[in-house]
Amino acid sequence: MAERVETLEVSTTVRSRRRSVPWARIVLGVFSGLVLLYLVAPVLIVIPMSFSAAKYLSFPPPGFSLQWYENFFSRADWTQATIQSIRVAVTVMVLATVIGVAASLALVRGSFPGKEVINLIIVSPLVVPSIIVAIAIYGLYVRLHLVQTFWGLVLAHTVLAIPYVIVNVTATLRGFDVRLEHAAQSLGANGWQTFRYVTLPLISPGIFAGAVFAFIASFDELIVALFIAGARGRTLPMRMFEGLRMEIDPTIAAVSSMLIVFSILVLASAELVRRRGRGESAG
Amino acid sequence: MTTEKVLAPAATRSSPVSRRLGFRRQLGYLVLLAPALVALLVLFVYPILRLLFTSVVDDGQFTLEHYRRIVEVDLYLRVLRTTFVIAVQVTAICLVLGYPLAYFLATLRPRSARLLMILVLIPFWTSILVRTYAWMVLLQRQGVVNRWLLELGLIDEPLRMMYNRIGVLVGMSHVLLPFMVLPTYAVMRGIDRSLLRAAANLGASPVQAFLRVFLPLSLPGVAAGSLLVFILALGFFITPALMGGRTDMMIAQLIETQIRTELNFAFAAALATVLLVITLIVFAVYNRLLGIEKMFGGGY
Repeated sequence: MAERVETLEVSTTVRSRRRSVPWARIVLGVFSGLVLLYLVAPVLIVIPMSFSAAKYLSFPPPGFSLQWYENFFSRADWTQATIQSIRVAVTVMVLATVIGVAASLALVRGSFPGKEVINLIIVSPLVVPSIIVAIAIYGLYVRLHLVQTFWGLVLAHTVLAIPYVIVNVTATLRGFDVRLEHAAQSLGANGWQTFRYVTLPLISPGIFAGAVFAFIASFDELIVALFIAGARGRTLPMRMFEGLRMEIDPTIAAVSSMLIVFSILVLASAELVRRRGRGESAG
Repeated sequence: MTTEKVLAPAATRSSPVSRRLGFRRQLGYLVLLAPALVALLVLFVYPILRLLFTSVVDDGQFTLEHYRRIVEVDLYLRVLRTTFVIAVQVTAICLVLGYPLAYFLATLRPRSARLLMILVLIPFWTSILVRTYAWMVLLQRQGVVNRWLLELGLIDEPLRMMYNRIGVLVGMSHVLLPFMVLPTYAVMRGIDRSLLRAAANLGASPVQAFLRVFLPLSLPGVAAGSLLVFILALGFFITPALMGGRTDMMIAQLIETQIRTELNFAFAAALATVLLVITLIVFAVYNRLLGIEKMFGGGY
């Protein structure tokens, strides 16, 4: 009898608790929604504004016009900066990916003295503030006469991009069964064949993600470029920074919209590759 | 420690063939590692060491002159203080906004959480310049926010939300919030929900279960996110340069002006050393508490 009373009590308290929970959840949900809005709204509000017919930016825009896009594509300072950024970022992506994948293999598979120190050195560009890297490399380049050269900027950005490749590739390498490589080798494959036909296909999602990170790391980089690129090698972020520092040039709305669409595409493709990679390993 | 190191390779590859190949293979790995290591040593480690050297040596003589100037000149001390205060404020804002969001996402089914996570990742992948531009458009005197507030009759004259601390905090928190949400969310996802049910069965109210069970278990994620946000905020340049006022100058801006307008490389090097040392201390705390692998590995 006493037991029964107790269970009854428990069930009522559970029910009343359940009833009290939704309010907390609603408040939490609304708050989270507002935080998400804070994160996304500023990014998305730029797109309709870039089609504004007004001379000054306003929202909602008073009429539809492509004037800011025309402005972007017809002005050499904008197009040249864009082309320069793409050239630098693609070169950086190729260099950093090749160097980074090689280093990742060594870091995950090899065992040698000082590995922990090497690991620390490799991730440190991710935490050392860009301004420090910028003036340090600037100091070096002044002595080597590499300031305002294409390869000077490419090398500097490559160093900043390598850690992103290594972090992504080592993560996939660690989650993969080494016995697959051993199996290939016991069947007579040499080191290169094992890498090409076993390792590479399995870690390709990580390599893809690393390459994307490397591209973005260079394409979006402003501070190092500000110090070493010079006016003739001006990149797109440098041009945007100038446009924002002087007056707020609405052409940047058009540039920004294109960059936002670009980053959404990149995000979507990275997600697709990740899913495909996961599907393959599952099936 | 040593026994582990000896035992581990023996356990993973015990075949005599691979053991014979061992030395050549290790050499091969060093060759693979060499380009990355050389690039980092030549273009990252050496220039930074050189920077430290420049800050304490003048005409071949050891000097602490530049550091004395940082401590003695009021302006420079104020910049250091502002930098520290802004970094703390931004970390606090990100924590207050990011923790509930991460908690909410972690209580959803993984599929819906991943969909909403896209909203966190879109700004994360968007250039800081683009995001700063968006905030400038929103917050300027004739900006979107002011116009709406005026039309709604909530204010009589435009608010100053840019070229002051408000602009810096809003813009920087927006950029750094994903760095708080991602690690916190990753840790929260890993918390075993049955622990909360167990707490409830033992008579804990939802609030008690949250405070005594969930909150302590989520702290590693909070620590990871907070330290990361704090480190990144210390060295911030773009947002304060574009949205800050004269009195909100941060250390990265001071370093930039010292080189680009004052041409005082040695003094800039001393400032950079101060920033570097503070960053590395926070980084060391992070490493001690959580390990660097966690910093960029997981979360999304």
